[in-house]
Amino acid sequence: MQQSRFVPYLLIAPATLFLTLLFVVPLVQTIALAFSDGGAPSLGNVRKMAGDLNFGLSIRNTFLLVLTVIPLQLGLALAMSMMLQKISHGRDLVLWIWSIPLGISDLAAGLVWLSILQDRGYLNSLLFAAGIIEGPTNWLSYEHPISLFVGVVLAESWRATAIVLVILVAGLQLIPAEYAEAAEIFGAKPWTRFRKITLPLLKPSIQSALILRTVLAFEVFAVVYALSGRNYPVIVGEAYAWQQVNQNNGVAAAYAMLVMAISLVATLVYLRVLRVRPETQP
Amino acid sequence: MNAGIRRLVFLAGVGVLCAWVIVPIYLIALGAFSGRTGVFRWPKSLWPSEATLASLQAFLAIDGVGAAAMNGALVAGLTMLFSLLIGAPAGYALARYAFPGATLFRLLVVLTRAFPLAILALPLTVTFIRIGLYDTALGVALIHTALALPFATLISASLFVGIPRELEEAAWVFGCSRIEAFRRVVLPLALPGLAAAAIFAFVISWNEVFAASVLTVRNKTLTAYLLTVLAESPLHFRFAGGFLLIVPSIIFIFAVRKYLFAMWGIANR
Repeated sequence: MQQSRFVPYLLIAPATLFLTLLFVVPLVQTIALAFSDGGAPSLGNVRKMAGDLNFGLSIRNTFLLVLTVIPLQLGLALAMSMMLQKISHGRDLVLWIWSIPLGISDLAAGLVWLSILQDRGYLNSLLFAAGIIEGPTNWLSYEHPISLFVGVVLAESWRATAIVLVILVAGLQLIPAEYAEAAEIFGAKPWTRFRKITLPLLKPSIQSALILRTVLAFEVFAVVYALSGRNYPVIVGEAYAWQQVNQNNGVAAAYAMLVMAISLVATLVYLRVLRVRPETQP
Repeated sequence: MNAGIRRLVFLAGVGVLCAWVIVPIYLIALGAFSGRTGVFRWPKSLWPSEATLASLQAFLAIDGVGAAAMNGALVAGLTMLFSLLIGAPAGYALARYAFPGATLFRLLVVLTRAFPLAILALPLTVTFIRIGLYDTALGVALIHTALALPFATLISASLFVGIPRELEEAAWVFGCSRIEAFRRVVLPLALPGLAAAAIFAFVISWNEVFAASVLTVRNKTLTAYLLTVLAESPLHFRFAGGFLLIVPSIIFIFAVRKYLFAMWGIANR
């Protein structure tokens, strides 16, 4: 069939064109916008960004959040996926419940935790009933940076652990059961089996879960905004504010470049550190 | 440790983790149904005492909320349609043909997921104003399709790989053309999975907030609308809005639960 050589190219043409127009072109445009001023190349936007009061703070806050939330989510998701393997009855129901947050937006998750953590919310009502606080306490103000941070971590962990879980569970299904059985016959304890068999074989899934989750975590913004407004500045929140409030898309683009660079570096680090050798996989 | 106690601790752990997911949803539902005065009651009860639809009704009656909800559904619907129409053929090509450039194409698709794509909406405001797409449902749907397309492509590729090539070849033997064989043999088998991929695209679009806020002024999606009015909305409106955002997501995740893992398993290798 002579004509069939062109068929695959015909099939991928729309997707390639689309991704070029809406991914490659805006990417180049963002770079141009960030590093120019009135059409001429300039570092003005970058300088303005770096001189901004919230600049250092937003970077510190974002990194603090990512470095806390990602390990927490990976640990939690690993524990949950191991638990799922031991559930005999009602596994599907538990799995569905645990994956519900997958569909919940970051804004909605922020609002959910606002209802719990606001000064007259459910948490304070519980603390009041237990005699720990004397009246409504505002945990989400900038005067309480630690409780504000904990609130954001709670909301982010609540919302986005599900995606890690789903990727890990899907990866576990691809590992043949024979390996663990063989190890058990040779006397390996559950913890040894987990560390020496499951974890190495799960590496590709862990890698893709971490890349996906980390890129999204550096984009964190709506959760924080819903919980505290701009009391806890984060990088993308600053980009949003420069674009929508200050109407300065040059500085906003500079912030976008910053997030882009950080995400790219994070991805490369994961690819390098969690390098998967094909011969070690089934 | 005694095996029975160990089992009990294990079940308690599962129960606690289930509660960790469900209780916050229950609490915002409680907030959404407790009305204006209920939101400020102190201390709060964890049981619904006086359920009222007042908050939700008042929220829905605000000028712009209904339109934003309709607009959000329209954008998500368009995203669903585009990402499937463009993504499924590409997935089929990746699954069925070995062609020079396949690896490069796969790399382009995977690469887009390593970028914070929504942020790229920033320079698009200028382009979109110039070509008349700014502040339209179509414009937002286009950038949302860029977000959902990698998933749609990889998911449909893994679906098509799972359908034996022999079935298709048998249809050719019986005189079907390639297109006919696809339509009558492959498509019916892939349809449920494709529907799941489409629903996933819907959820991605419905939830996306950054691009949707930046690219619109009047025709906001519900999520973007909520973000814009958040600062000046009273608490009971925020909870009503948050609750309304969550409901479709929960229903959709329930609808695609069977495919969640097929979708993620192979799509990520």
